[in-house]
Amino acid sequence: MFRAALLAALALAAAPAHAFIAYVSNEKSNTVSVIDTDSWTVTKTIKVGQRPRGIDFTRDGKFVMVAVGDDDTIQVIDAKTQSVVDSLPSGPDPELFAQDAAGKTLYVANENDNTVTVIDLEKRARLGDIQVGVEPEGMTISPDGKTLINTSETTNMAHFIDTATRQIVANVLVDARPRFAEYKHDSSEVWVSSEIGGTVSIIDPNKHEVIGKVTFEIPGLRKEAIQPVGIGMTKDDKTAFVALGPANRIAVVDVASRKVTKFLLVGQRVWHMAFTPDEKYLLTTNGVSNDVSVIDVAAQKVIKTIQVGELPWGIAIAP
Amino acid sequence: MIRWLAGLIGFGVAATSALAADPVTIGVGYLAIAGTRSTLSLVEQPAENDGVAGARLAIEDNNTTGKFTGQRFTLEERRIREDEDVAQAATALAEKNGFIIADLPADALLKVADALRDRGTLVFNAGATDERLRETDCRANVIHTAPTRAMLADALGQYLVWKKWSRWLLVVGSHDEDRLFADAIRRTAARFGAKIVQERTFEDKGGARRTDSGVTQIQRQIPVFTQQAPAYDVLVAADESEVFGAYLPYRTWDPRPVAGSAGLVPRSWDASQDQWGAIQMQNRFVKLNSRRMTALDMQAWTAVRMIGEATSRTNSGEVKKVTDFIKGPDFSVAAFKGTRLTLRDWNLQLRQPILLVDGRLVVSVSPQEGFLHQVSELDTLGYDRPESKCKLK
Repeated sequence: MFRAALLAALALAAAPAHAFIAYVSNEKSNTVSVIDTDSWTVTKTIKVGQRPRGIDFTRDGKFVMVAVGDDDTIQVIDAKTQSVVDSLPSGPDPELFAQDAAGKTLYVANENDNTVTVIDLEKRARLGDIQVGVEPEGMTISPDGKTLINTSETTNMAHFIDTATRQIVANVLVDARPRFAEYKHDSSEVWVSSEIGGTVSIIDPNKHEVIGKVTFEIPGLRKEAIQPVGIGMTKDDKTAFVALGPANRIAVVDVASRKVTKFLLVGQRVWHMAFTPDEKYLLTTNGVSNDVSVIDVAAQKVIKTIQVGELPWGIAIAP
Repeated sequence: MIRWLAGLIGFGVAATSALAADPVTIGVGYLAIAGTRSTLSLVEQPAENDGVAGARLAIEDNNTTGKFTGQRFTLEERRIREDEDVAQAATALAEKNGFIIADLPADALLKVADALRDRGTLVFNAGATDERLRETDCRANVIHTAPTRAMLADALGQYLVWKKWSRWLLVVGSHDEDRLFADAIRRTAARFGAKIVQERTFEDKGGARRTDSGVTQIQRQIPVFTQQAPAYDVLVAADESEVFGAYLPYRTWDPRPVAGSAGLVPRSWDASQDQWGAIQMQNRFVKLNSRRMTALDMQAWTAVRMIGEATSRTNSGEVKKVTDFIKGPDFSVAAFKGTRLTLRDWNLQLRQPILLVDGRLVVSVSPQEGFLHQVSELDTLGYDRPESKCKLK
């Protein structure tokens, strides 16, 4: 009796409050893996178009959008049926995208023609293009929805775009090959990772100036292997997680001091990441080892590895 | 000009303040010898615009960035005949251009460097792979984006050794540049513990590279030429002159792979390179030039991008300022090779990974895993600082 009670208690403690669903884009297999965060298993593999990378949920949680670059479109997956139901008119070679808070407008970085395409999500129609630098990639929108930030990989800038006028209001030079941009939740800073430069630039979004940089040093690892890409920030803005690509590690950064407090060993060539909505777990996509690492956010520990498709790249978790 | 204006209007006055002023013009010259060399393979025949096509794309890329920084890049191309005075041509080109990209043989390059030294013009060697330009004949006003023969040979050698193909049959052409490449291969073998089991020379007896009944004869000649060799793992060919290299694969007496000037070839770049975001640039290149991108195109692209990178970081078009930044400790450039490229400060050679290609795909990229270095693994390719004989002046 006592034993049964103990087992039940253990089971209760081990089970997460909610199970979430994570969608992982596999760049090489042309599939999206669906992961159940309760059992930590792949429950379904969805066939999509060529070279899926950027992936995100619509704000209502009903659909998953995945940029299939080599098919020059963004496909829409119905989260209920877990199958592709539609596609969006992006420009050529879409890679990453961002949507406004209302989930009405989608901004897509088109790597091949130096533009950001603006799409009306309800009408699923293309509204226009914004000319930016060479090889646009990283995309993020300010919490108030007024500013869109795009990074261009060969121009090495973060372009600040007014979403109302669709005009560039400022260009901030950062280190080489900026790939990802992330706002602090309180809007006070924008963090931009530079893959080749090996740093994260911290930009004051009002003054449009780089006000600090996060640098990474891992003993025994050559500088060139440290290639920051994806960034995740906790809702309290206290801790940032930075994926370091072929360094096979996630850096844990204290946001206030901008210093690395810990490196977590994950799979090979870690690209992007997503938190579960309760922020208990952080999932990272590891390109070369074809798996997803699960990090216990509070403990700052890798607790699990899940095999997915070939070259996993992007990840989104149902809200 | 029209394009630039259109860009300005497109972005409106709301863009960066730099746009309020007239853009700074940064002139880049491209100097090369007219005509192209003949290759054994028709598909490898270089285009008339080999090299300069890469410079053109980089000018476009720089100008896209220039819209935000108030900088405008121009390209002036000059092709000289073999008998023309190269120093004079370079001096004329330097009138309007503070930077010159050169695709010239070693002696001509040195003449250009010395003629332009007092003007402060910065020269980029995009074409010559000669060691001596980075060693005894190095110059303080010449930056090398072309890799050296030693870098190429080391890149190949590391892979062959990793593959445990360590017994090499070395076949060398009869021209000077073939011998120089063979020197580099011998050095590589000694460095990485490979053994050259025998050397053979393939004499260039003249003759056309293209004939109507060539294949039959080659099929008979090459097996005979390669028979009775000591046991070897791989045939390494040094044939920069394009006399016999491409004839070797599939025709050797013993069934062995071929590497070096044919088969598995070390190059700074290849039309098939699509990793590390390169696909976007490859696409831009094809769109602009209606052909695929060569190693020489990439070496010229990188040179012009280095200028663009330095002008945007220094926010200046001033040659002295830009040159100092490029030579300084904070400079690096991204060139779709998976790592930042920096300059060896002792001889101004660009450090870079080298691709090993088979004509269809990238087989591997060196430095190979396990070849370690205290400063940069890229310095396991070519002559390292302690060996260098260069004194920059």
